[in-house]
Amino acid sequence: MLKFIIKRFAIAVPTLLVLITISFFLMQAAPGSPFTGERNLPPEILKNIEAKYNLDKPLYQQYFLYLGNLAKGDLGPSFKYRDYTVNDLLEQSFPVSLKIGSVAFLFTVIIGVTIGTVAALKQNTVLDYIIMALAMTGVVLPSFVIAPLLVLIFAITLHWLPAGGWNGGEWQYMVLPVTAMAIMYMASIARIQRSSMIEVLNSNYIRTARAKGLPWHVIITRHALRPSLLPVVSYLGPAFVGIITGSVVVETVFGLPGIGQHFVNGALNRDYSLVLGLTIIIGALTILFTAIVDILYAVIDPKIRYQ
Amino acid sequence: MSLLDVKDLQVHFSTPEGDVTAVNNLNFSLEAGQTLGIVGESGSGKSQTAFSIMGLLAKNGRTGGEALFEGKQILNLPEKELNSIRAEKISMIFQDPMTSLNPYMKVGTQLMEVLRLHKGMGKEEAFEESVRMLDAVKMPESRKRMTMYPHEFSGGMRQRVMIAMALLCRPKLLIADEPTTALDVTVQAQIMELLNDLKRDFNTAIIMITHDLGVVAGICDKVLVMYAGQTMEYGTTDEIFYRPSHPYTIGLLESIPTLKTEGEILPTIQGNPPNLLNLPAGCPFQERCSHVMDICRQNMPALETFENNRRRACFWAVPEHTTEGASL
Repeated sequence: MLKFIIKRFAIAVPTLLVLITISFFLMQAAPGSPFTGERNLPPEILKNIEAKYNLDKPLYQQYFLYLGNLAKGDLGPSFKYRDYTVNDLLEQSFPVSLKIGSVAFLFTVIIGVTIGTVAALKQNTVLDYIIMALAMTGVVLPSFVIAPLLVLIFAITLHWLPAGGWNGGEWQYMVLPVTAMAIMYMASIARIQRSSMIEVLNSNYIRTARAKGLPWHVIITRHALRPSLLPVVSYLGPAFVGIITGSVVVETVFGLPGIGQHFVNGALNRDYSLVLGLTIIIGALTILFTAIVDILYAVIDPKIRYQ
Repeated sequence: MSLLDVKDLQVHFSTPEGDVTAVNNLNFSLEAGQTLGIVGESGSGKSQTAFSIMGLLAKNGRTGGEALFEGKQILNLPEKELNSIRAEKISMIFQDPMTSLNPYMKVGTQLMEVLRLHKGMGKEEAFEESVRMLDAVKMPESRKRMTMYPHEFSGGMRQRVMIAMALLCRPKLLIADEPTTALDVTVQAQIMELLNDLKRDFNTAIIMITHDLGVVAGICDKVLVMYAGQTMEYGTTDEIFYRPSHPYTIGLLESIPTLKTEGEILPTIQGNPPNLLNLPAGCPFQERCSHVMDICRQNMPALETFENNRRRACFWAVPEHTTEGASL
């Protein structure tokens, strides 16, 4: 098992390197530069600025310089936010996104799995139909539709919750963004969990468990839950990426000081180092998470563990 | 009092196409330590008979009639009461050992949970008892096998685990639903030998569900021949094998390949079993019967007792050799 985990993480390193390389050159290949604005700078000033940010050096040198700094944990200065390094910007914004994203992710999984299981156990009853109708609605509503709707209902009409802002991460300020991020994936997970649970409950080994005289709740928790989670676990990777990228939209709608704003502004301003830094962080998270999913898979299914 | 007394057992399924009667008025009884074979083609209702006794029918299934186990009706019991009988008094082994064990749990855990539930044993006690039972089913390296997963076992070994699991609580009745169908021939023979030994050692009554008459001959005291959910013939194994009286039984016996019939075409029963949704009037076997008469197309023959306690449902006269005792 330990060997499996080590091997899995060893593969992650070259993946990350490829991601950094591609992002670096793609960013440079886009037309324009961080310093093209409405007013053209005098050439000598532009030259000075480019020298300061190493932009006058050949591309491959810039690449290796960047890698060298990255190895020291330095993501470089921001090209647009003067006096700020990318590290500074991320230090302020990343915790906000991480907090809201992980809360959303946690709710997505726990609630999605729970209501999916309930629907499966009450298959073809009114409760099942209601849950599945709601889930179907949830699946087709992207966060950029849900978020303004939630604001309209709960903030503007009912005045129950604030319409936006962060306020140091008080829970009232988190409810709506978390809901907006989570609903679509929660609905998907509920649907996946329902069908996989139904399939597991119809399998031969559940019949064996019943023939052994085990009480129903023991059959569900000990024999059925673990195998039924496999399809959900393989969906966690895409769901995680979806929640992270979805957070760009949601953070903008709710005006949260997370990495979403930097992503949007960074891309518009061609802030090379900022966008690269964000890409690396999200990429690393995604790679880390798929590795965790693979390990979870092995924990659940002994056949994978021994291969 | 018999160990198990089944009276007018019926199993119905409601399907979108209509109501299906999978088992129709089945009667048999079983004494302690005895073995009954239930023989029939696929879809004849033999497995559903077993599932109805264990309370394992699919959700759309209903039962009727009586199944008295030690004098107590066990059909349609609430789940809680059923659970105190399952594995403890009546246990079951299934057709497909490859999928009947939970692939995500260690074999030992799956064995031990039976003992911990029904016998209230602690972890160590349950472990030792499980090892002893694995030894009893001749599992090599039983102690090591306890910590292994089902995918590390061969089909025959998995079926041994299933049998060990079924016998853990020393049940009085073991229902074996085609236990050797999914196994290759040499392993089949080993499993049958094992069941024969265990039957002797534990004095367990067995209901052996099979379509393999060789299995029946090897282990059964009595045989029930089923077709389309109904009893065709019922008697001792010797009677059924040496003096069959029903055209269906005769057909089944004739279609067993033997070493003597080299070069000849194996006799078969022509046609297919009828659709249970749309049974013909009269005897369900009429279309395939070589002795079919007009009356067979109108009325279902009653199950009549003849000789001492043999039963058959057929209008055709009891054939000569049946009374004479000629062998096949």
